[in-house]
Amino acid sequence: MTVRERLRQNISAAFYRHGLLCASYPVPIILFTSASILTCCYPLLKLPLPGTGPVEFTTGVRDYSVPSHGTQGDLGERPDWYRGPPVAYIQQVLVKAAVSPWDSSLVPVDVFRSPLGRVFSLLEEIRDHVYTDRSLESLCLQVTDLLPGLRRMQSLLPEHGCLLVSPGNYWQNRRDMFDSDPDILKTVHQHEPKGLHTSATLKDLLFGVPGKSTGVSLYSKKRVVTYTITIALSSYDARFVASLRARLKQLHPSTNCSLREDHMVHVHFKEEIGIAELIPLVTTYIILFAYIYFSTRKIDMVKSKWGLALAAVVTVLSSLLMSVGLCSLFGLTPTLNGGEIFPYLVVVIGLENVLVLTKSVVSTPVDLEVKLRIAQGLSSESWSIMKNMATELVIILIGYFTLVPAIQEFCLFAVVGLVSDFFLQMFFFTTVLSIDIRRMELADLNRRLPAEAGMPPPKPGPLRPREAPPPSRPSPHTITLQAPAFRNLRLPKRLRVVYFLARTRLAQRIIMVGTVIWIGILVYTDPAGLRTYLAAQVSEQSPLGEAGLPPHLGVAPVFPGGDPTSTLNVLPAPEPTPLPENQSQGHGEARSGPAPLTSPQITWGSEDEEVWRRLSFRYWPSLFSYYNITLAKRYISILPVIPVTLHLSPQEAIETRHPQDTQHAPRTSAKTTELQADLTLYKVAALGLFAGVLLVLLLFCLYRVLCPRNYGQNGVQHGRRRRGDLPCDEYGYSPPVSEISPLLLRGHSMDIECLANDGMLLASCCLAGQIRVWDAQTGDCLTVIPNNGYELGFGDYSLLGPEARNASTPIMDNEHPLRRRTTPVRPALFGDQPDLTPLIDTNFGEVPPSQMMPGCGFDFGELVERAYKEHEASPPLPFPPSPPAARQRRRSLGDQSVAPPEQVLLAPWDWDSSVWSMELRGNLIAAGRSSGKLELWDAVEGSLRCCNEDGSSGITALAFLNNRIVAARLNGSLDFFTVDIHKPLGLLQYRGPPGRASLPPSPCYSSEDVISCQLTRSVQCAHQKPITVLRAAAGRVVTGSQDHTVRVYRLEDSCCLFTLQGHAGGITAIYIDQTMVLASGGQDGAICLWDVLTGSRVSHVYGHRGDVTSLVCTTSCVLSSGLDDLICIWDRSTGIKLYSIQQEVGCGASLGVISESLLVTGGQGCVSFWDLNYGDLLQTVYLGQSGEGQPVRQLLVLDNAAIVCDFGSELSLVYVPSVLEKLD
Amino acid sequence: LANDRLSGNGVALRGPYISMITNHTTNLLIRGGMLFVVGVFLALVLNLLQVQRNVTLFPPDVISSVFSSAWWVPPCCGTASALIGLLYPCIDRHLGEPHKLKREWSSVMRCVAVFVGINHASAKVDFANNVQLSLTLAALSVGLWWTFDRSRSGFGMGVAVALLATLATQLLVYNGVFQYTSPDFLYIRSWLPCIFFAGVITMGNIGRQLALYECKFVQEKIHQD
Repeated sequence: MTVRERLRQNISAAFYRHGLLCASYPVPIILFTSASILTCCYPLLKLPLPGTGPVEFTTGVRDYSVPSHGTQGDLGERPDWYRGPPVAYIQQVLVKAAVSPWDSSLVPVDVFRSPLGRVFSLLEEIRDHVYTDRSLESLCLQVTDLLPGLRRMQSLLPEHGCLLVSPGNYWQNRRDMFDSDPDILKTVHQHEPKGLHTSATLKDLLFGVPGKSTGVSLYSKKRVVTYTITIALSSYDARFVASLRARLKQLHPSTNCSLREDHMVHVHFKEEIGIAELIPLVTTYIILFAYIYFSTRKIDMVKSKWGLALAAVVTVLSSLLMSVGLCSLFGLTPTLNGGEIFPYLVVVIGLENVLVLTKSVVSTPVDLEVKLRIAQGLSSESWSIMKNMATELVIILIGYFTLVPAIQEFCLFAVVGLVSDFFLQMFFFTTVLSIDIRRMELADLNRRLPAEAGMPPPKPGPLRPREAPPPSRPSPHTITLQAPAFRNLRLPKRLRVVYFLARTRLAQRIIMVGTVIWIGILVYTDPAGLRTYLAAQVSEQSPLGEAGLPPHLGVAPVFPGGDPTSTLNVLPAPEPTPLPENQSQGHGEARSGPAPLTSPQITWGSEDEEVWRRLSFRYWPSLFSYYNITLAKRYISILPVIPVTLHLSPQEAIETRHPQDTQHAPRTSAKTTELQADLTLYKVAALGLFAGVLLVLLLFCLYRVLCPRNYGQNGVQHGRRRRGDLPCDEYGYSPPVSEISPLLLRGHSMDIECLANDGMLLASCCLAGQIRVWDAQTGDCLTVIPNNGYELGFGDYSLLGPEARNASTPIMDNEHPLRRRTTPVRPALFGDQPDLTPLIDTNFGEVPPSQMMPGCGFDFGELVERAYKEHEASPPLPFPPSPPAARQRRRSLGDQSVAPPEQVLLAPWDWDSSVWSMELRGNLIAAGRSSGKLELWDAVEGSLRCCNEDGSSGITALAFLNNRIVAARLNGSLDFFTVDIHKPLGLLQYRGPPGRASLPPSPCYSSEDVISCQLTRSVQCAHQKPITVLRAAAGRVVTGSQDHTVRVYRLEDSCCLFTLQGHAGGITAIYIDQTMVLASGGQDGAICLWDVLTGSRVSHVYGHRGDVTSLVCTTSCVLSSGLDDLICIWDRSTGIKLYSIQQEVGCGASLGVISESLLVTGGQGCVSFWDLNYGDLLQTVYLGQSGEGQPVRQLLVLDNAAIVCDFGSELSLVYVPSVLEKLD
Repeated sequence: LANDRLSGNGVALRGPYISMITNHTTNLLIRGGMLFVVGVFLALVLNLLQVQRNVTLFPPDVISSVFSSAWWVPPCCGTASALIGLLYPCIDRHLGEPHKLKREWSSVMRCVAVFVGINHASAKVDFANNVQLSLTLAALSVGLWWTFDRSRSGFGMGVAVALLATLATQLLVYNGVFQYTSPDFLYIRSWLPCIFFAGVITMGNIGRQLALYECKFVQEKIHQD
């Protein structure tokens, strides 16, 4: 046992080191492995290629002797099959016959009738040839019965005698039958198989030349008939053959024939695989594929299943190749049929080890480094792998001792294959696996980084070296972009393909080039093209040309015209009148074309030397197989062909005519041409139809693949799901549901107006002016800053109230002229308000106003709803007077937007003034009031630290960056404040609860400091009209105003850098982040992207009907929402709209991006998470207990991947589950 | 003629649907049907393997003659394989020792491939004498059992069925119902038991794998309840 244990430990350690090595140097190892595979496979080049085609060997005729059986091939070039006598010697007599000179009185049938008729005399000559005492009978191959299945060929092939095949077999070698045959063509063609046929047909067999070159047809242009007489000899008698050759040559001399006669070709045929043998073979391969399929299906938890499966298969296959290569290198030539034993070899070697390796590596702890994972996985499986391998080797060795040669060879291959497979597994597959695992880790890291960054408790897992600390976020309104290494365009693949095609205009170019090439080819090669046209022109002009156009002469007498009407009316029919029989010859001659008198020339070329080569390679095997003689693994010897030339006189041709020949020929020809033309037409039409249908189907499929969603319509009509039913996409896949319970932050008595956060803290301000500070992690309410008017007491009311009222009313009037439309409503609302003020004063904190005063003006939410519903009933107004709804909606992230009018409504009975904007930085809350006062509160202690009353116009927006505060006022001026801390900087504390040190520390101001806030600069007329949006990031302050312009200021010196013009309406939304991406949206529904460095407009799109209410950019796309409750997702680089999401009424502006791929939107009492790349709804989280909730109007994404949204008078804190991140 | 049984890949494709079947008897019927189909298919294919190979180009009616020579052989093989395939899980359950070794389709496929390989070897490899053939095949069969089964019940059942089937075949041959094509009688007798044994092991493997789906389903059902 101890030995075993020690062995086990050693093996394990060795594998561990090996795994480390493989994972550390993947590329060199893969190169080394590939090189060794190639080296081992090199000897395979010398092996003959597998195939069933015949092999040839040529010897000279002169010194031919039958090769002996036993002797090993001492002659190097002699193939090993060339032993013993052949199955048969084939002597072919190639006959070329023509009627010459061709006479005008001959009909087309004469081309082949009399030449074919000569075959009988030739046959007789051959049969009767006797040299000394030998006749053909004694030498030829005697055949017996045909196979039982070939009864129908019985009359056509010789039986019980010499195997002598010629066209005469059609007529049973009897001249009288030939002469009485009325239609030779029919006789020849009646045995042709219908349809597709690959092997030799009967016509090929009997004629011995390919069907087209026989010349037995009515349309043969050369008028030369070619056929062979094939004689199979069982023994070779050189003298007999030579005398036969001499005799035939003497009888029918071929004058210009120079065929070589000194070579004899031996053809060896391999084993043919019949269906009966193919079925088991196919079965084994099917089982093999099933085995591979089931094996590779088990590969799991890797980056690319297909890649690994491929690597596994490559491992096994190349190990097999290596084994064959190695074996042949050491002199062992494979004799087994490779195709047959291959599946068994694969099965014996198996994919098991590979799978075991993968499984064990994958199941190692994810936190480890890739190297260590590979090494651990290897070493933990090392013992079982070694054990399995030893077992298999032992089994195969046992097989080797069966002493059966075939099994021994198989075992030898298997052993070498096993060893090389082990080698490849250890080097090749392990390395591929390490690469794959590394890729997966990268992908994981890429995906998980944003979401995991802020998961509340860091997982108590072991070490996490991979996790980078979450990136710092300077302001709550910016989305931190991922590092460039991780920034990949996460577009759907199909869109990427389409964009690529569109960008390069690939399809158009290919089609264009193809068309040009096609036209060029057409022009160049078309026989009826330019060249012939030119030639015709030339010949018309030349005097010779007329003589060269005999058809004109031929046609002219037939239509002795001059009567223009008849030529116009009557089409030039080929046969105007039925002619008597004897004239039809003349007609046939007239039809026979431009060269009627050319006599057929019989030429002999090198292609005639071995006619059988032009036939199917199954010609000889099929001929012999009819007599149940197999040529498999045997050979035949083909003797040089004997050429025979026959010239027949026209008289002879006419004499041998059958009476029906003259009748049939023209008719058949006309019919067949017509038929052929018809058939061609039908074929072309069918092909065209088929191609068209295929094209349409292909395009349809492409469309379905590429555009599964209805982009053309206005947004995806994803119905918001009711509580309880799972969201699922169109494939029926529903993502795993993790119950997200939102954290409700209660305390405000009225609707939330402003929200601000700085990662750790969350400040909210309600309509009542109460500011609450919450811990963004736990949801605890830390501080309550009540409305200062309330604190000051009642006494001020009489003094401040009218002032405030006076101050606010004119502002209302000159602020937005377009909003004046609704001013008539205001008195009505005011009318019943003032007497309720005592109630508000006393019970503000405790009693919800909706309970106390149902139906009264205090439930502002209800008021807004009502007004909104009125607006919905009326048709939408055209643009320049902005629709009343614009006033009713609150802006998302409203702390920086224009104070909505309902706040102005509130002003008269507010004690002092309402908070219009709020910012939170460190532990300082900056609040801008409608009175123009800027207050700095301590967020933790709730004390007023500083107050600046330099301006009198209401602060509509605030930006707090570093130690500067920028305030935009209602009159269009922009004030820059500096916050000074009178304390040495060294004493600045860094705050943060223990355990959360990973978060970026934010400076905080201790309570002892004296903070002062000084106005450093005031830009009086920053804009002509009220500033609506103010954003600050990356050292820039960007303002947008009602005067259609966007201005960019530098934060340090308050210098105006650019005035960006391009919108046709007031600016309603601006986005800027650390990467200097600037986007703006206006009341005209347009979205502009700007380059902050140069001030130029990058792109400009129209996306919304109505105002753009909010804008967010990610690295790849721009998200915009508008008053039309549509969220549009645009591609940032191209400006193409990817898709849009229809929001619920009133929730259009609530929008936030959590990570590169996760979008969150607010809805009616819920928030929804979307996959940004595909526009799929991932999950909907319900905020309240009841199904009917108030709309979520504002939504703020915190640093820790939580989102905060207002929910009536409550705030909801929702932590985003990491499950959502894993879905993409 | 060789009469054995083997598996096709139709099993694999239909596998998952079995879990939808709720009824036990339906399940049993479907399993039996699949095993039957597999057995028939294998009998036909392995019959073809045994066809004399020196006829290279088959005349058109050779195939049909192979199929029609003993029409009842494939159905018999199918029935036998269905019985065996259903019996194996039953025996496992009764003995209380469930089959643990490599319960995967890939392993089953491997087993089937080896079985076909054994047939192939018996049909195509030229052995010096019958004893050698018998010994080789026996070793291969036992190796098959050890690699893919390793259960006592499997071995016992395999031996029993192999003996019974050989006996039955011999009786049939003696009564003239059935004839071997090969004139060498001893040759056939020497490899028949081994082939039967390997076939039993293979079909048992398939049957057990099929039964696994039922078990899974039952477990899921219990889990749901």
